[in-house]
Amino acid sequence: MKSETSKVITTPLVANNPITLQILGICSALAVTSSLKTALLMAVALTTVTAFSNASISAIRNHIPSSIRIIVQMTIIASLVIVVDQLMKAYAFSTAKQLSVFVGLIITNCIVMGRAEAYAMQNPPGMSFLDGIGNGLGYSLILIIVAVIRELSGSGSLLGYEIFTLVKNGGWYEPNGLMLLPPSAFFIIGMLIWVIRTRYPEQCEVHDFKIHEKHGLGNR
Amino acid sequence: MKLVRQFLDLPNDSKVKTYGVALLLCLVCSVAVSAAAVALKPVQDENKLLDKKKNILQIAGLAKPGQSVEDAFKQVEAKVVDLQTGAYVEGIDANTFDARAASVDPKQNLVLTKEQDIASIKRRAKYATVYLVKDPQGQVQKIILPIYGYGLWSTLYGFVALKGDANTVVGLGFYEHAETPGLGGEVDNPQWKDKWPGKQVFDANGNVAIRVTKMAATEGEKATHEIDALSGATLTSNGVNNLVKFWMGADGFGPYLQKFRKGGGA
Repeated sequence: MKSETSKVITTPLVANNPITLQILGICSALAVTSSLKTALLMAVALTTVTAFSNASISAIRNHIPSSIRIIVQMTIIASLVIVVDQLMKAYAFSTAKQLSVFVGLIITNCIVMGRAEAYAMQNPPGMSFLDGIGNGLGYSLILIIVAVIRELSGSGSLLGYEIFTLVKNGGWYEPNGLMLLPPSAFFIIGMLIWVIRTRYPEQCEVHDFKIHEKHGLGNR
Repeated sequence: MKLVRQFLDLPNDSKVKTYGVALLLCLVCSVAVSAAAVALKPVQDENKLLDKKKNILQIAGLAKPGQSVEDAFKQVEAKVVDLQTGAYVEGIDANTFDARAASVDPKQNLVLTKEQDIASIKRRAKYATVYLVKDPQGQVQKIILPIYGYGLWSTLYGFVALKGDANTVVGLGFYEHAETPGLGGEVDNPQWKDKWPGKQVFDANGNVAIRVTKMAATEGEKATHEIDALSGATLTSNGVNNLVKFWMGADGFGPYLQKFRKGGGA
């Protein structure tokens, strides 16, 4: 039982990471990772929402009519997101302002819905809660890595503290503006997927089809 | 109890259970959401107020690192102004006067005609709060005026800070809006806000000459009045242009600023 519990939490970190293997939640990973502070807050928010939505959906899983299954899940997730949003506006106002629409968009984050549908509908609340935490942490891990790289190379700072002295402040580092734009997160996530799949070759997808010899160039 | 049992024992896909579950879920969720919203309202309002003060300080260039907002705000004096006459109104506490609430109260507002209403705000409060920063001799150094108007999606609320001559801009910024992030939302971009300081609101004849425009002049007399628009955000830029024009004009703070220039305005 013990190993089962730790497995639920640790496998989503690398081996079954929601971003790099399941390719979920990419949208927000691009949007909020230009600075580490917003990424951290987003990570906490998403982990909380995933854990609690998993737990509550799992708690009533035996009584959810299958015809309105998705709507029931959405309602629970949306309510949780609004509560989290209200909490942030009360206790982390300035960062909440920076995150603006992206907190609301946790509702549409595929990780939350994906875990509800794939795990919480079949498993008891305790384990579902842990699965939510695990997947939230997996998401957080990638977000933090991407945000560290982007903020460090894009602004020369971490959490707002200057690490590399910028040229405009008389230092040596010329910030790379591209790293602050969303496409850079795509490059970094792509490279992370590459690194992880080199380490765990079993993650590589099997080709959906093979190009037969006779369709190839040899037939011309 | 028996009813609950019976309800839970119904097959999941029966009509009664489907409607029942949907209804119950909506009830529980709405209670949770409204409880959170109501319980946290006071803290959020406090945050909003603090944020507003912080913005006033920032726009006026008074924010100093390491100083708390409340401390720094002590050098700012709030006063209520009658927009029509431009005179200060006694007997209203400027710290509690809520112009936004007043603008929708028929007793305290003025409905604008179509010609007047270039900022698309339909009505404005008769009174407005102005913030003054004085030097130790009592001379007004900076005047901070609240401004708002419609952009593309939302009403932009902000401040413009003028020097003691009631003409030169010290800074402009918005503390609340819901324009598209990355496009209209760039009104918050520090690089764009840096274009405002030093511009002149009025021309030599006393007419409002400041404007946001494409291809702003870079030299000559015009350059002192023109600010480059935001690229990709024409409607938000127009909105900012209109709202600045409105609030600096005769239906906004025009009379007050005129009076201020004549009388030294303290």
